[in-house]
Amino acid sequence: MIGFMVRRVIQALVVVIGVLLLVFLLAHIIPGGFARAALGPRATKPQIAQFNRINGYNRPIPIQFWIYLKTLVWHHNLGYSYHQNQNVTNLIDERLPKTLVLVGISTVLALIVAIPLGILQVVRRNKPVDYVLTGASFVFYGTPSFLLGGLLILYFAVDIHLFSVSAPQGQTVGAIVSDPRALVLPELTLAAITIASFSRYMRSSMMEAMTEDYVRTARAKGAGPRRVLFVHALRNALIPIVTLLGLSIPAIVSGAVITETVFNYPGMGLLTFQAAQTTDVPLLLGTALVATLATVVGSFLADVMYAVIDPRIRYASR
Amino acid sequence: MPAGDERDATGSPWSDTPLVEQAGLPFIGPGPNLGMGRGGADHDGVGTTPEGGEVVSSGGMFLQIVRVFRERKLAVAGLAVIVLMILFCWLGPVFYHTNQTNAQQALVSSTASNSPPNAQNPLGTDNAGFDVLGRLMFGGKNSLLVGLAAAVLGTTFGALYGAISGFFGGWIDALMMRIVDTLLSIPFLFLLIVLAVIFHPSVIVLILIIALVSWLVPARLIRGETLTLRVREYVQAVRAMGGTRRRIVLRHIVPNAIGTIVVNATFQVADAILLLAALGFLGLGVQPPQTDWGTMLTYGITDITANYWWQIYPAGIAIVLVVVAFNFVGDALRDSLEVRLQQR
Repeated sequence: MIGFMVRRVIQALVVVIGVLLLVFLLAHIIPGGFARAALGPRATKPQIAQFNRINGYNRPIPIQFWIYLKTLVWHHNLGYSYHQNQNVTNLIDERLPKTLVLVGISTVLALIVAIPLGILQVVRRNKPVDYVLTGASFVFYGTPSFLLGGLLILYFAVDIHLFSVSAPQGQTVGAIVSDPRALVLPELTLAAITIASFSRYMRSSMMEAMTEDYVRTARAKGAGPRRVLFVHALRNALIPIVTLLGLSIPAIVSGAVITETVFNYPGMGLLTFQAAQTTDVPLLLGTALVATLATVVGSFLADVMYAVIDPRIRYASR
Repeated sequence: MPAGDERDATGSPWSDTPLVEQAGLPFIGPGPNLGMGRGGADHDGVGTTPEGGEVVSSGGMFLQIVRVFRERKLAVAGLAVIVLMILFCWLGPVFYHTNQTNAQQALVSSTASNSPPNAQNPLGTDNAGFDVLGRLMFGGKNSLLVGLAAAVLGTTFGALYGAISGFFGGWIDALMMRIVDTLLSIPFLFLLIVLAVIFHPSVIVLILIIALVSWLVPARLIRGETLTLRVREYVQAVRAMGGTRRRIVLRHIVPNAIGTIVVNATFQVADAILLLAALGFLGLGVQPPQTDWGTMLTYGITDITANYWWQIYPAGIAIVLVVVAFNFVGDALRDSLEVRLQQR
C-alpha cells in the first residue's frame, strides 16, 4: 500500500510539472505575449520592450520558467489579470470553493442515481425497463449540457416556476448552499451526462461480474439471487466504477464551465468564460492550471479509494 | 484486467477501456497482454490471421460488419441518420436557396429577425434575420466537417503515436505515455478554450484543436493493442527476417489494430461534434457569418426566457440525432469485433 501510494504521488507530481511547463509555454506562444495582453493591441514596440524588461519577460526561457515556478510555489502568485485589475490568485480563491461545491454535489448525486439504475438494468435485463434506460442514457449522453440546462430552465423555471432561472448568487459557499431551490437545476444539468455514462458502465460492469466464476460458485453454494447480486457481484462491479470516477473528473470539471455559464453560477467556470470573452489570457491560464491541479488531486484520491476497496491492488504492488 | 477488458478495448464513451491501465495502476489478472485467456481469443475473431499473413482479410471483416449491422436495426437507423444528415446539409442548399452570409440582405428577404415559423421561413428566423432552416444546413456542414475531420486526424495521429510507443517500449514508451497522462489530466474544455482564444477560431483551427484533445484516448488504446501484437508470431517472424521497425509498425501492427482504430474514430466523431457545440455555446465556435449547430443554439439558450423555441429545437435535435447515431454505429462496429458479445 505504501509503495503504491509513493508511486502514485510521484506519478501525480510528474503530471503537475508537465502541466506547469505546458501552461508556461502556452503563455509564450501568444503573439506579443503578456505585453499585448496588458498594454492593448495598440502598444508600440518600445513600450512592449520596456514592459518586457520591467517584468523580466526578456530573460532566457528556462530562467523565466524557474521564476514562474518560484513565484507560484512560494507566493501562490498565478499572475495578474489586466482586465479585472486584480491578482489572478485572489479571483480564483474566491470562486474555487463554489465550483467545488457544485462539482461535489453533482458527482455524489450522479453516483447515487447511476449505480441503482445500472443494477436495475441488470436485474431487468433485456426487458422494457432496460431498453428505455439504455435509450435514455444514449440521448442524455448526446445532449450538449448547455442545451439540457436551457431546456430545464424553460420547462421548470419559465413554464411552471418550480425552480429559479439562475443559480444562487451568494458571495459565500454558505449562502449558495442555503438556496437549494436555485441549486437544483444546475446540479441536475451537471449530473445528467455523468449519470448517463456511469449507469451504462455500471450495467456492463455488473453484467461482467455476473458471468464470473465466483458468482457461479456463490450460486452453487446456495446463495439466494439477492445475496449474489448485492454481496458478490455488486462489490466487484463497483471497483471499475471508482476508477471511472477518477477518469471522469476532467469531464465533470469541463462540464462545470458550461453549467456555470448557462446558470450564471458565480464559480470558476463562469470566471473562465468571462476570461475567454475578454481574451484575458493570464486569468485563463490561471483557471486552467487550478482546474488541472484539482483534477490531479481528485484522480489521486479516486485511486487511493480504489486501492482501499480492492485488496488485489494493495497486494500486487507491495 | 478482470472486468470490462474484452468488451471495451475500443474506447467507447460508455465503457472507458482498460480502466486499470488508464489509471496507470498495476496490471492484474489475465488479459490479452499475456496472450492467453479470453482476450487473446477475441482478437483472433477480429480478422487477424494468426497463421502469419500480412493485413487483415478485409472481406472477412467487412462481411462480419454487414452481418452485425443486419442484426442490429439501431445501427442501421444510425447509419441512415448520418447519411440523410449529410445529404440534407450538402444537397439541401441546392434545392432550398437562402442567403446565409449577409445578414442585411437576409433580413430583406425574410419577415423579420426572431420571427416564428411562417410561410416564408418554415423554421423561423434567428436573431440576425437568417432563415433557420437554411442555417441548419449551413451550420451543419461545419459541425459535421469539423467532427469528422477532427476525429480522423486525432485518431490517425493517436494510433501512430500509440503504435510507436508500444512497439518501442522501455523509456521511450514511458516518456510518450507520461505526455499522454499529462494532457489527459487537463480538463479538456479548458485546454480547448485557451487554444481557441489564442489562435482565433476558424474551421481549420477548430479541427486542429479538437484533434489535439482527441488523439489521447486512441493513443492509449492502440498502445495497449500493440503490446499484445508485437509478441505475436508473425511480427516476430518479420523481425527475424530483417523487417525494419517502420515496416513492422506501418504494415503489421497498425493494420491489425485497424478494427479498434475505426471503432474508436466513430465514437470520436460523436465527441468532437459535442465539443464543437460546447465551444460554439461559449462563443468560440465557427465565427459569423459562418456558423455551426452549437453556435446557432447560443442565442436561443442565452435568452431562454424569450422562448424562441424554433431557435433551440432544430439545431438541438440535429446535434442529439447525429451524436446518438454515431454512438449506435460505433456500438455495432465494436460488437462486430467481439465474438463473445455477439454470442450473448
